[in-house]
Amino acid sequence: MEKRVLFRSAWLPWLLLLPQMAIIGVFFFWPAAQAILQSFQMEDAFGLSKEWVGFANFAQLFQDESYLESFYRTAIFSVLVAGVGIAISLALAIFADRIVRFAMVYKTLLIVPYAVAPVIAGVLWVFMFSPSLGVVSYFLERIGYSWNFLMNENQAMALIVMAAVWKQISYNFLFFLAGLQSIPKSLIEAASIDGAGPWRRFLNVQLPLLSPTTFFLLVINIVYAFFDTFGIIDATTHGGPGQSTTILVYKVYLDGFKALDLGGSAAQSVILMFIVIALTVVQFRYVEKKVQY
Amino acid sequence: MRIKHLAMASLVATTGIAAQAQTEIQWWHAMTAVNNEWVNDLAKQFNESQKEFKVIPTYKGTYDETMTAAVAAFRSGGAPHILQVFEVGTATMMASKGATVPVAKVLSDNGVTFDPKAYIPAVASYYTAPNGQMLSFPFNSSTTVFYYNKDAFKKAGLNPDKAPATWPEVFEAAKKLKASGHSCPMTLAWMGWTQLESFSTWHNVEFATHQNGLGKDGFKARLKINSPTHVRHIENLEKAAKAGEFVYKGRGSLPQASFVSGECAMIQTSSGFYGDVAKNAKFAYGISNLPYYPDVKGAPQNTVIGGGSLWVMAGKKAEEYKGVAKFFEFISQTKVQAASHQRTGYLPVTMASFDLTEKSGFYQKNPGTDTAVNQMIRKVTDNSRGIRLGNYVQIRTIEDEELEQVWAGKKSAKEALDSIVKRGDELLTRFEAANKGK
Repeated sequence: MEKRVLFRSAWLPWLLLLPQMAIIGVFFFWPAAQAILQSFQMEDAFGLSKEWVGFANFAQLFQDESYLESFYRTAIFSVLVAGVGIAISLALAIFADRIVRFAMVYKTLLIVPYAVAPVIAGVLWVFMFSPSLGVVSYFLERIGYSWNFLMNENQAMALIVMAAVWKQISYNFLFFLAGLQSIPKSLIEAASIDGAGPWRRFLNVQLPLLSPTTFFLLVINIVYAFFDTFGIIDATTHGGPGQSTTILVYKVYLDGFKALDLGGSAAQSVILMFIVIALTVVQFRYVEKKVQY
Repeated sequence: MRIKHLAMASLVATTGIAAQAQTEIQWWHAMTAVNNEWVNDLAKQFNESQKEFKVIPTYKGTYDETMTAAVAAFRSGGAPHILQVFEVGTATMMASKGATVPVAKVLSDNGVTFDPKAYIPAVASYYTAPNGQMLSFPFNSSTTVFYYNKDAFKKAGLNPDKAPATWPEVFEAAKKLKASGHSCPMTLAWMGWTQLESFSTWHNVEFATHQNGLGKDGFKARLKINSPTHVRHIENLEKAAKAGEFVYKGRGSLPQASFVSGECAMIQTSSGFYGDVAKNAKFAYGISNLPYYPDVKGAPQNTVIGGGSLWVMAGKKAEEYKGVAKFFEFISQTKVQAASHQRTGYLPVTMASFDLTEKSGFYQKNPGTDTAVNQMIRKVTDNSRGIRLGNYVQIRTIEDEELEQVWAGKKSAKEALDSIVKRGDELLTRFEAANKGK
């Protein structure tokens, strides 16, 4: 039986699509076009003089070694954020799925971080890990581990990864929990009857059935790491020490909003846009093949 | 009788209209906490002093957020009348002719007498165009000073009443503090500002060409901070960092907390830090001049200013500019200026307000509070008038990034300074290109 709706007129579907198209146009395509336009211009802060400079903004970026290094840094950062974030939230979701009593309390507590603004999240982590004031750094110091993310690049990276992951765990958790709960109990019971222990049941039954969710979260988390983390970085490390935590989006934010270099910042965001488009295409073309729906 | 009533009624009516027609002056600023109250009080006092105008101060976030907000507002036609801009943004504002009106013009157009000579030279020259016209109103200027913990000095066997005057003495003191068990003998806040900018003007060495960007064709300025004097200083700091005598505590004002807590015994930072120290330090402290290298010719000269100034935005009505002029006239009264200086720790921007504060005995009661002024009121040279470069927010970030590599042992002082010059000059080239033909 086919459940397809047949539209007799040619314009009605277009009319119904129009509001959506208008919103996408105004809020996505227009700003993107604006960014592309600005990336070919050089202008002063107040927009009094604009000059067409062609690819000069891009050429300048690719001559800058530190900009090229930040690609590598961004890749590490986003892989860590997506990987660690997905792993931890999957584990939490599995525990939450098994919990019987006070499940609501447990779930609510896990969802709370999502309501915290990125900058606030950053500040919270700074308070815990600040070398002079932090509680955690005090205890690390006492067990003989020298913690100073202002000097140590790896520690700085670890700190922003932790803060970014913490912020995103709630979101991932919700999807994993919903995914787990939609797996028919009969499948798990059947596996139990066949003698599969909890680990085997998870690996051979639940995980494959969760693969569409995991794939979706992979895409979302990578986009999150690329675009939504500048607030955390600005509140914790300011991109330092050196440039060790200056990921691409933080430089866009810094140059555009703090330093008012609009042309340079626009060029960077255009590059970022193409990277994310490319990443998404790759994910949907190749990674998605491994996903079983 | 009737006529009298009528006259009264019409008088009431007209004053009613006049009250309604009170011209509003929007003032966007970046002052928080104690300084926010100060700004609001200034506006309130002015509003109560007359009926024609009403100044409305609005807090718009940090300095850079305030400026970004004003840029966006200007582009959409809703800019405020008065905008507070930090010193780092001065070159950008100056380059944006057409977005602002020179403050000297606003004042003289409205019959307010204005004497640039009344201002502390280093302050006035910073906000003055090469043709001698004052472009923005000096409002909250600060400078870098040296703070030290007298209790820690005593414990280390140093004379607590005599601050180290030179860099060799500072490093010597740091060694002794370290030996006495102090884990952080010295830290430094606002690295670029205190160790490169102030360091340059204090030693009368060139920071950038074209009189540090203040001279004619300032757009063409390029950095000069990899000179032997600069390299020597950063090398000395690097050695001190290795020995644990200088401890890096992060960018901006972040290191200040470790001085107030007593963890670090010496710090160089803004004079505006005074309020925090006075209120929160649980030890005896001293404020003194910045240290210098005695063998550098011309040292010590004068320090460079920080803080902000007030810019008048373009495209407003003549009546509104009159209000802006009246407001500036009000806050430049010696009495008001002196009160502001004593309340905030910012510099008294006019000589008269400094004299008044001195006569009142404020400096005797609060020792060290005159350090900032004394460092600023010397005669300025071409190297020490100030530093005004384009894209300077980004250049400050580069300074932080490169110096951090030195403290982490990844780059030598020379490599880092060369790299600052190279990367900074690229930004200056961009700024020149974006502001060509002005």
